[in-house]
Amino acid sequence: MILHELIDYGTLRVIWWVLLGVLLIGFALTDGFDMGVGALLPFVSRTDPERRLVINTVGPVWEGNQVWFILGGGAIFAAWPPLYAVSFSGFYLAMFLILAALIVRPVAFKYRSKRDGKVWRERWDWALCAAGAVPALVFGVAVGNVLRGVPFRLTDTLMPLYEGWGFLKLLALLNPFALLCGAVSLGMLLAHGAGWLMLKAEPGPITERARRIGSVAGTVAIAGYALAGLWLLVLTDGYHLAAPGVPDGPSNPLLSEVVKGGTWLSAYAARPWIVIAPIMGFAGMGLSVLGLRRGWEFVILASKIGILGMIASVGLTMFPIILPSSIAPDSSLTVWDASSSHQTLFIMLVATVIFLPIILAYTAWVYRVLWGKVTESDVTDNANSY
Amino acid sequence: MDLDIVELSRLQFAMTALYHFLFVPLTLGLSILVAIMETVYVMTNRPIWRQMTKFWGTLFGINFVLGVATGITMEFQFGMNWSYYSHYVGDIFGAPLAIEGLMAFFLEATFVGLFFFGWDKLSKVAHCVVTWLVAIGSNFSALWILIANGWMQNPVGATFNPMTMRMEMDDFAAVLFNPVAQAKFVHTVSAGYVTASVFVLGVSAWYLLKGRHQDLARRSITVAASFGLASALSVVVLGDESGYDAGLNQKMKMAAIEAMWETEPAPASFTLFGIPDREARETHYAFHIPYVMGLIGTRSLNTEIPGIEDLVAEAEGRIRNGLNAYDALMEIRGAGNDVTPQMVSRFEESSADLGYAFLLLRYTDDPRTATEAQILQAADDTVPHVFPIFWAFRIMVGLGFAFIGIMAYFFVRSSFRGMTYPRWALRAAVIVIPAPWIAAEMGWIVAEYGRQPWTVDGILPTALSVSHLGVGEVLFTIAGFVVFYTVLFIIEMGLMLKYIRKGPVQDAEETETWMRRHETRLAGPGAAPAE
Repeated sequence: MILHELIDYGTLRVIWWVLLGVLLIGFALTDGFDMGVGALLPFVSRTDPERRLVINTVGPVWEGNQVWFILGGGAIFAAWPPLYAVSFSGFYLAMFLILAALIVRPVAFKYRSKRDGKVWRERWDWALCAAGAVPALVFGVAVGNVLRGVPFRLTDTLMPLYEGWGFLKLLALLNPFALLCGAVSLGMLLAHGAGWLMLKAEPGPITERARRIGSVAGTVAIAGYALAGLWLLVLTDGYHLAAPGVPDGPSNPLLSEVVKGGTWLSAYAARPWIVIAPIMGFAGMGLSVLGLRRGWEFVILASKIGILGMIASVGLTMFPIILPSSIAPDSSLTVWDASSSHQTLFIMLVATVIFLPIILAYTAWVYRVLWGKVTESDVTDNANSY
Repeated sequence: MDLDIVELSRLQFAMTALYHFLFVPLTLGLSILVAIMETVYVMTNRPIWRQMTKFWGTLFGINFVLGVATGITMEFQFGMNWSYYSHYVGDIFGAPLAIEGLMAFFLEATFVGLFFFGWDKLSKVAHCVVTWLVAIGSNFSALWILIANGWMQNPVGATFNPMTMRMEMDDFAAVLFNPVAQAKFVHTVSAGYVTASVFVLGVSAWYLLKGRHQDLARRSITVAASFGLASALSVVVLGDESGYDAGLNQKMKMAAIEAMWETEPAPASFTLFGIPDREARETHYAFHIPYVMGLIGTRSLNTEIPGIEDLVAEAEGRIRNGLNAYDALMEIRGAGNDVTPQMVSRFEESSADLGYAFLLLRYTDDPRTATEAQILQAADDTVPHVFPIFWAFRIMVGLGFAFIGIMAYFFVRSSFRGMTYPRWALRAAVIVIPAPWIAAEMGWIVAEYGRQPWTVDGILPTALSVSHLGVGEVLFTIAGFVVFYTVLFIIEMGLMLKYIRKGPVQDAEETETWMRRHETRLAGPGAAPAE
């Protein structure tokens, strides 16, 4: 096939870098509120009817939302195989934690209300809480570690090796900076979840509690985000390509030289326009806190902008580095040397251009069909509700 | 046994994959059966079909959710435990997985919520369309996963790139229309349809034995038996196609299935029973049926099927040739930016056998220094464990034929004997419920265990594919999965049994009130209000 020559390799790589961001942000915007609602569950609702109502606000949609994550995984595998190979195995036990949460969550949604009994339901409620909070935290911790650099190196045959041993590797992930990022991530998804409850739950005790907790969480996210920025400026080294990358070079990370030093934030001097991302992050999350305090019904739009800005700022700051190595900077993965082949990127782009709009269309249709507040009678009338 | 990381990673993958496939076949088949039932409801407007849709739909939901949850494990595990595999073949293998998400999984997961929550929000026809979209999504999902798996069995459309040290796609159409993948897809989804049919048949038979829910049970048996009969036939036909394709490109797997140690003169006989003995290289107490194997494997009377001994000798030759490729590759990689066309053409001469040289990495860090004994040992490693594969295949095929018999019997009784069933047949239908799961798991054991020592046949050895993790880490996750999956399995079975015991009572009541509430709407515009 010659068709793939239509778009040159370097451009395709940048497109796929953007699409990677789109998928991760899509995941945070959709499944993010499910996880936020799950984590808030035991705190915003006390009685069983209240809890069922909260669960059923996300009941029909969490399943579709979760596919953003699965698709994200698949897209990393297909478009950035070295990234998939290094990150998933390097964060082995952390990934297992996420996996455990993602397995418990569907089961908890589905099985919780299939039996009566206080203990049974109470256990599943806490499972939902953990299954929402743990991934939110771990994703943030992972981002923090990516910014610090991950202790891996590639052998001459591009086999990834890691420094450290088993559980110590997991403990090493939990450094102060990463935990700070984890707090930001948890805070923004809690605020997002609270925003969803403002939209879908009838005003009452549930929304009151959601407003209170959500505005605190949003404030923590803003403060943590600002602090993390400062930390990057003062305490943590950045990574940079020593010489400009070759956009159409072979995908072999060892061919380029990456140096550790300076600050990540020098990207804002080189590409001033990217400052739009942190501005959106601050403004969106700020509005979300304000909206939660005032009880706006559509406050979720604000947290969407905030989350979009905060996640995008990480990627834009690091470009073109994707995954820096702290022990062997030359092994670091960059946009120019960690992608699939030209042909595969092109085929995957064609598939995405065809299917992503269709997905967005039917997802929008489903949300429209389900539009409106969830009431207690909705929950009790439908034998299939959670 | 030494606890090495390769064995542990394989154990974990096998466990989680076999567990995942406890839920997948029922999802594949039940989604279609439920959609068929709802279609009948839309066409006839009879409330009983709506009850059936809702009742079987509830059981579908309980099963579906575990299929989804355990499927995530599968996608993650490639990166977590098989990182060199992910690097080495991600360029080809990742694409179908990602397209599966785009094209199939999104569809199925988005609409499954509406299936359960949309009864009051959608028109009858729209809801039925939603149900079909769930079924189509599930089945497309299987298509893409099996395209990926088919490529591991028959790696077409890709070549090795020395600059990036990995396989890269050069013909997507070849990957897509890989005959192994296509045969596998129809074989696997048909097996799912049989599983769901046996399940619906068995549960309905239990109701008839107890004298409960006769309306629902008889109709369900009719649907399950007709759909099940067609599917059971399809499983065997496409299973035969898979066998034929395996004969073309996975000769070693074929020979292991047949425990055929030596090449027989064509057409080879089929060994019905026997006890294969790997050490002695013979099958004790073997009972042969002449000609049959030659016909299945080659569809001819004069093509030979190579035996294991000959294939080991062939592998030895390929290892030696692969060493040339390995040496040329090292030369290219040592040359940095000064790679000459001569180096490349020298590599390309024998690059098809590069994977065979990798087999030596188990014994030496540099295959070029391998001793004669190591080369012979590596050639011998290409023989999978014959005994389990031989028997797994026979159990699978035996059950496959049994399903045709069962389905045909119930089809005849339901079509021509006025839907009356003798009690012994109903009891048999209940007892046989677990059988399709056994057959499906056996099928995967043949397919995957029979592919060893390769993850990608002839390209990448399993031993080279793993991540460099600590034994402790993998032991920990294995223990985690065992505990976790056991608990989930107990909970799932408990709920399934609870809802089966309860029967469609609630669905019947709900349908009654629902029909009353919507009578005017269902009667269409212009009709007078009924009450």
